Amino acid sequence: MTTALSAPASQPAEALLSLEGINTFYGPVQVHFDLSLQVGRGHIVCLLGGNASGKSTTMKIILGLVKPASGIVRFADETITGLPTPQIVRRGVGSVPEARRLFGEMSVRENLLMGAFTRKDQRAIAQDLDRVLGLFPKLAERLTQRAGTLSGGEQQMVAMARALMSRPKLICMDEPTMGLSPLWVDRVLDLIAAINREGVTVFMVEQNASLALEIAHHAYVLQTGRIVLEGPAEKLRTDPRIRDAYLGGQESS
Amino acid sequence: MSAAPSLLEVRSLTRRFGGLTAVNSVDLDLAEGEFLSVIGPNGAGKTTLFNLITGHDDPDGGTVKFSGRDITRLPPEWLATLGIARTFQHGRVFANLSVMDNVLVGAHVRFKAVRPAWPSPLSLLGPFAEVALALIRPSSVVTEEKRMREEALRILARFGDRLLPRLDHPTYSLSYANRRRVEIGRALALGPKLLLLDEPTAGMNQTETAEMQTLIGDLKKSGLTILLIEHKLDMVMQLSDRVIVMDNGSVIANGKPAEVRNNPAVIEAYLGHRRSDKSEASVPEAAE
Amino acid sequence: MSSWFDYTVNGLIIGNIYALLAVGLALIFGVSRLINFAHGSVYVVGAYAGFLAVTQFGTPLPLTIVIVVAVGALLGLAIERFGLRPLQGYAHIAPLLATIGISFVLDQLVQLTFSPDPRALPSELLQKRFQIGSGTIGALDILIAAIGIGSAGLLYYFLRFTRLGWAVRATAQDRDAAQQMGVDVDAVNRTVFAIASALGAVSGLLVGMYYNYIDPSMSFQATLKGVVAQVVGGVGNVPGAIAGSMLLGLVESYGIALFGTSYRNLFAFILLIVVLVLRPNGLFASRRQTPPEPMTGTFIAPSKPVQISPRTLLAIALAAALLPLVLPNPYVLQTLTNAWLYGLLGLSLTLIAGTVGLISLGHAALLAIGGYASALLSLDLGMPVGLSILLAGVIAAALGTLLVFPSFRLRGHYLSIATLAIGEIVSLVILNWDSLTRGPIGVSGIPPLSLFGFELDTDRSVYWFALGVLVVLAALQFRLLRSHLGRTLRAMRDDDIAARSYGIGLDRYKALAFAVGSFAAGVSGGITAHLYSYINHETFNSQLSILALTIVILGGMGNVTGAILGSVLLVGLPEVFRVAAEYRVLIYGIVLLLLVRFRPQGLLGTV
Repeated sequence: MTTALSAPASQPAEALLSLEGINTFYGPVQVHFDLSLQVGRGHIVCLLGGNASGKSTTMKIILGLVKPASGIVRFADETITGLPTPQIVRRGVGSVPEARRLFGEMSVRENLLMGAFTRKDQRAIAQDLDRVLGLFPKLAERLTQRAGTLSGGEQQMVAMARALMSRPKLICMDEPTMGLSPLWVDRVLDLIAAINREGVTVFMVEQNASLALEIAHHAYVLQTGRIVLEGPAEKLRTDPRIRDAYLGGQESS
Repeated sequence: MSAAPSLLEVRSLTRRFGGLTAVNSVDLDLAEGEFLSVIGPNGAGKTTLFNLITGHDDPDGGTVKFSGRDITRLPPEWLATLGIARTFQHGRVFANLSVMDNVLVGAHVRFKAVRPAWPSPLSLLGPFAEVALALIRPSSVVTEEKRMREEALRILARFGDRLLPRLDHPTYSLSYANRRRVEIGRALALGPKLLLLDEPTAGMNQTETAEMQTLIGDLKKSGLTILLIEHKLDMVMQLSDRVIVMDNGSVIANGKPAEVRNNPAVIEAYLGHRRSDKSEASVPEAAE
Repeated sequence: MSSWFDYTVNGLIIGNIYALLAVGLALIFGVSRLINFAHGSVYVVGAYAGFLAVTQFGTPLPLTIVIVVAVGALLGLAIERFGLRPLQGYAHIAPLLATIGISFVLDQLVQLTFSPDPRALPSELLQKRFQIGSGTIGALDILIAAIGIGSAGLLYYFLRFTRLGWAVRATAQDRDAAQQMGVDVDAVNRTVFAIASALGAVSGLLVGMYYNYIDPSMSFQATLKGVVAQVVGGVGNVPGAIAGSMLLGLVESYGIALFGTSYRNLFAFILLIVVLVLRPNGLFASRRQTPPEPMTGTFIAPSKPVQISPRTLLAIALAAALLPLVLPNPYVLQTLTNAWLYGLLGLSLTLIAGTVGLISLGHAALLAIGGYASALLSLDLGMPVGLSILLAGVIAAALGTLLVFPSFRLRGHYLSIATLAIGEIVSLVILNWDSLTRGPIGVSGIPPLSLFGFELDTDRSVYWFALGVLVVLAALQFRLLRSHLGRTLRAMRDDDIAARSYGIGLDRYKALAFAVGSFAAGVSGGITAHLYSYINHETFNSQLSILALTIVILGGMGNVTGAILGSVLLVGLPEVFRVAAEYRVLIYGIVLLLLVRFRPQGLLGTV
């Protein structure tokens, strides 16, 4: 049950990102109810939940793509609520959007360099490109290929590499394993752990609870806009309430 | 189990989007009066399946039969005349129309007096006759309209006092839950032989969900054949005669609610696959 | 044979000019999914900026080009900043209508500044020609080709190798993802508008030099040609826009060679319609599988329509009927008669654009069909005028619906473009079908209005006649909207997918509504023809289409009373205050802009 990849989760980490009392609406529908969560510096934190629980919207809130009706988003000791997305990105938040969202007509290389769009230090960017390609050696062979022609797993790698190119403090990932074959799912998770070992904090939104909990330090379970369960990943891994949160059971919470 | 004739018969239905097979050779049978639910994680292909059955999308392969008649690739407006009604995942009401008008549009195919069915060469004149009858309004047309309005009121009364006090309100002004109710009311107005409900309780709170569950339960009792997509599995388990579980476009389980709920494959589909052991020790990229 | 060489060269040169326009439109569509109807106005401003520089300051050509580029770029920035950025988050059709308004304002400002008369844009290059084999090629041809190819090269370099260029491409492919990479999409929008407008302005300058002729009305044609080239090449596709432009240039040039100059535009628009209907992704559609979704959705801003009781309406109608007895001022009566006739046009468009959501930009064509039908029926066949007007309505309904029918499958902007092109085609057919329409000479001596043998020869009787027709048709439209058809049509507008699910065949009901609406427009055109006693292919020009749209939006889309009120306000008031004609169009443009921005539901609310 335990895995070698799990870092010790017991030691408390200072919060790099925190959401406090977020309420979000899409028109008349309330998506978040007083949502609060914290992402410790250097950790992998995952937000789990079934369909329509409000997971992806949480990520959009962090990135400033959706504005909450109330509540505060703090990143690196600074309130970023209401900032435009580019400003948030400049502060060190990288993202791997849902369904990858690559620039399909651009080459892999151009996609990666788009990840460094907020940076101007050409030399360091070139170095980072080499470093990222070291992490994702497969991509080195595909640099000139149009991103849209890659397989789903390869696209996910490009999306992750692209996010790294901005030298983020935090990477937000929206369902990084969605639609991938089991083999690719494993790889992607290994890579997330590897990225984390390089010192990048990871916040991931996932439906695939079993796997996400294997690499995460801490997790939150979201159900129709409310956190119904949270705790260190290793504890949640065996918690039957996770199953209920997805499959229903006791109308608890 | 019994050899009840199928009202809906889906055979190896397949739909591909680029490299992705959204619906992969799905078989499905629905007997008259049966309540069947389709569940599965996000992206499993449930809504695509609905779209294929209701003519909003064309399959790459397979057939759909309704009452023994092949309806594959028929446009939705034809299917409505055969008695298939559906609601939509995110709720599609006619926002600027009143609650009453929304329900009356649901009954569109049943307005016969104002849209006389003429034999073939004369049918070209149909639209002209329709305009003329709408303007002249002979008593047959007036009676029909009145009858439909009364029926619409009866349908709306199913929702207690949720909608009745708001008959003339445009639906954009309603709460989300009320819009979903209007959508179901509109579907009922068609007088459907088969009702497809796509997440009717999405965005509803627990009270509203419970209320909706009662309503759908009543519809079931009245003998209506229902195909339901729903994520609130408690509701699915209580209402369904049978449940089909989809994952990655394929049916992975099909059976009574209790069987399905304890099926290991279903649990895995929802909670995710466990990591395969071999990759555990591997470093990134070493897998190949 | 040498002439074929000349026609080819000519086609390619014109293609180059179109390309400068179309590339800009493609860039703008790429990043903001907007078809910019103000593009032709930028082109006109460019031409006049060049004219001013050359004739007033005697600038040499290179400097003139620099000035024109700067003026174009600044204008583009201004359009983006003040016209479009405030509309973020508005209904999707709002920015399109805003660009139409901007285009009217700019064109009229140019016309007021420089007069509507054509001007010569002298260029010493015009005279120089070189012999190549059996054909010749002019120095100006070479310059235009050089600028076209040079701009394409610069643009390629910009998009491929600069940071901002990457941002433009990324934004065009996935706006959200680009934002998540830290791209400031507003800056991208600004850049694209500046570049596109600079290219458009240069295009205007070059055309002016090429024909040694500029006038403010070139704007509309330029927009159309750019849009045609872009649609042919695939909307939003830059290389496609260039290829489409060349194709369009050649088609026009060969068309002229075979059939004569007056057919030039006919080919362009027929090409457009054929491509739209058969290959809406363009001839050179890129590999992407789904078409770039044009902006769909209607201009229906949810609102509570102002309720006016039938009794009040009856009282107003009665008051209007009694007016000639109280106030027998012929000027007022003529003005109001005019307003009633535009009210009929408004009824037509408010049904089609408002109730059904088909934003038609070619509505004047229905007036033209009605006008010509009634004029020719009464003149050539000696039909009584009352009957000919009635038949004019029927013919407009039949012909209009038939022409638009293939376009019903198009959505949003594409449908609007199609109606615009169909409007142009109708006007060109009228111009060229000499044997029926008397061609450019027009129809004169149209018998005056008469009813059952009684000639309506007083202002008063004409007033009553127009008012009567308006009241009857408005009442019928009210009744129609309150029948099952009203809710069916509005349901289709609100959500066509859900409507189909409930058995509403879209084609049937779109056609039905279009026919009913076209009848009113045809009748309006018919009456107008008899009032004017002379009409030609320009009597019902495309400005009327935009005026009709403004009337309808002002009153509230789908709102019958609103359409009449809008007509009285827009047609009647300027007349009463004796606003000069050229200022009127300016006012229409400004009203349209203000409405889109501040009161999209119109005065009386959408229905």
